[in-house]
Amino acid sequence: MSMVFAPRLAESAPTSHVGASWSPYDNNGGTCVAIAGADYCVIAADTRMSTGFSILTRDYSKIHHITEKCVLASSGFQADVRSLQKNLDARHQIYQHQHSKQMSCPAMAQLLSNTLYYKRFFPYYSFNVLGGLDNEGKGCVYTYDAVGSYERSGYSSQGSGQTLIMPVLDNQLKSASPLVLPPRESSTPLTESEAVDLIKDTFASAAERDIYTGDGVEIVIINKEGIRRETMALKRD
Amino acid sequence: MFRNQYDTDVTTWSPAGRLHQVEYAMEAVKQGSAAIGLRSKTHVVLAAVNKASSELSSHQKKLFKIDNHIGIAMAGLTADGRVLSRYMRSECINHKFVYESPLPVGRLVVQVADKAQVCTQRSWKRPYGVGLLVAGLDETGPHLYQNCPSGNYFEFHAFAIGSRSQAAKTYLERKFESFMDCSKEELVRHALHAVKESLQEEELSSANCGVAIVGVGEPFVILDSKTLQAYIESLEGAKDDQATKIEVEEERNPAVIERQDVSGGGGVGVGAEGEGPSDMET
Repeated sequence: MSMVFAPRLAESAPTSHVGASWSPYDNNGGTCVAIAGADYCVIAADTRMSTGFSILTRDYSKIHHITEKCVLASSGFQADVRSLQKNLDARHQIYQHQHSKQMSCPAMAQLLSNTLYYKRFFPYYSFNVLGGLDNEGKGCVYTYDAVGSYERSGYSSQGSGQTLIMPVLDNQLKSASPLVLPPRESSTPLTESEAVDLIKDTFASAAERDIYTGDGVEIVIINKEGIRRETMALKRD
Repeated sequence: MFRNQYDTDVTTWSPAGRLHQVEYAMEAVKQGSAAIGLRSKTHVVLAAVNKASSELSSHQKKLFKIDNHIGIAMAGLTADGRVLSRYMRSECINHKFVYESPLPVGRLVVQVADKAQVCTQRSWKRPYGVGLLVAGLDETGPHLYQNCPSGNYFEFHAFAIGSRSQAAKTYLERKFESFMDCSKEELVRHALHAVKESLQEEELSSANCGVAIVGVGEPFVILDSKTLQAYIESLEGAKDDQATKIEVEEERNPAVIERQDVSGGGGVGVGAEGEGPSDMET
């Protein structure tokens, strides 16, 4: 409350901030990463779900297949994440009925952004990474904030381990700035197996220092052959 | 069915206890090109006769996917059918969102029937002019239902609606007992035979008919013309057409073709008539 032009009183009434009040949100932790290649996309997320300092489960998937060529990984408040996934599924069904085809990844990216902004004033507490193949079969990764601001890039990470992983990806994948003209390829020169290995390394590293990341990592690889899934165990402490 | 003083709007009863507007709506269904449905223990097949208004135009779309486990074939005012299919799709999506499971077919059919009934009891509305054959799969197995403009619905082993559907129904009545144990391919062949009855003189080809299948482990799919043509060609192999041809000669009576269905009536299997005045009392 701002009383900019009012004279400052000698002593403002003290407001008490002691005592927890109810919050509609919770943070279930976890980290999501995605890397886009020339003809593949790798999306990964750890499988730990936490609340506070406790683990709720070691085996929860944060990855959701929306279309044949598009996968959403989200960390944050998993109840909101689940609701968001269901919302997108319903919208995708409607699209398929109307257009007799699946949504492309860039189209889904825009839809996700609009869906998130729709709740601008009571947001989905969901930090999303969308990965898949675009209309030309090239890998694409879209990264979001909680209210729908998004950008296509060659790689991204979101969630509790984001700050630990992102610098490593920057170091290894050195993507061109999106502000550079003419626009440069927003994908990495790595091969598919190199990208998967890099993901495994980054998660193993993040699990060391981030208490909310661990237990296991689920890796989804999309290429022209289809969608493949791998898992790897992580430290459980 | 002659014009009389009680048929101007749907909210007027005739002294005989009939709502003529509703019956006229069911006539519209009988004027549409035929739609056929049949089911086995594991699959439901829908087939439709594709009528193009001229050589230059494309044909009316009569087979619609509602959800992965439900699809419909329609006969009559296909515009009304499109609106109903949009409603059905929306209901399926909402159900899946709330309950995370596919909407049972029978429930959807009842919802559509209730929606149709509303139009028979409002002076500012008119009944839907489309009959639907709803094919679907749920926990209790495969189902085939018919939805009428009257707001009635029936479940069938096999049925046909639309013009010249009596010929198809006769074929189905003869064969329906064997349907339960049919394989998918046999079921599709039976459906195509039934379509052939409705086409009568015309050659059956992938241009003038459409087929859709839903089954255990198989989502609803409308067959593409190549697959369909392959099935049609396989019909040439297994022919019991001699008997069928004779029936067809008896059915065909050009002057009476459309009106014939009123007295013929009768679906096959579970459920009473799908059309005709006695419908009101059912």
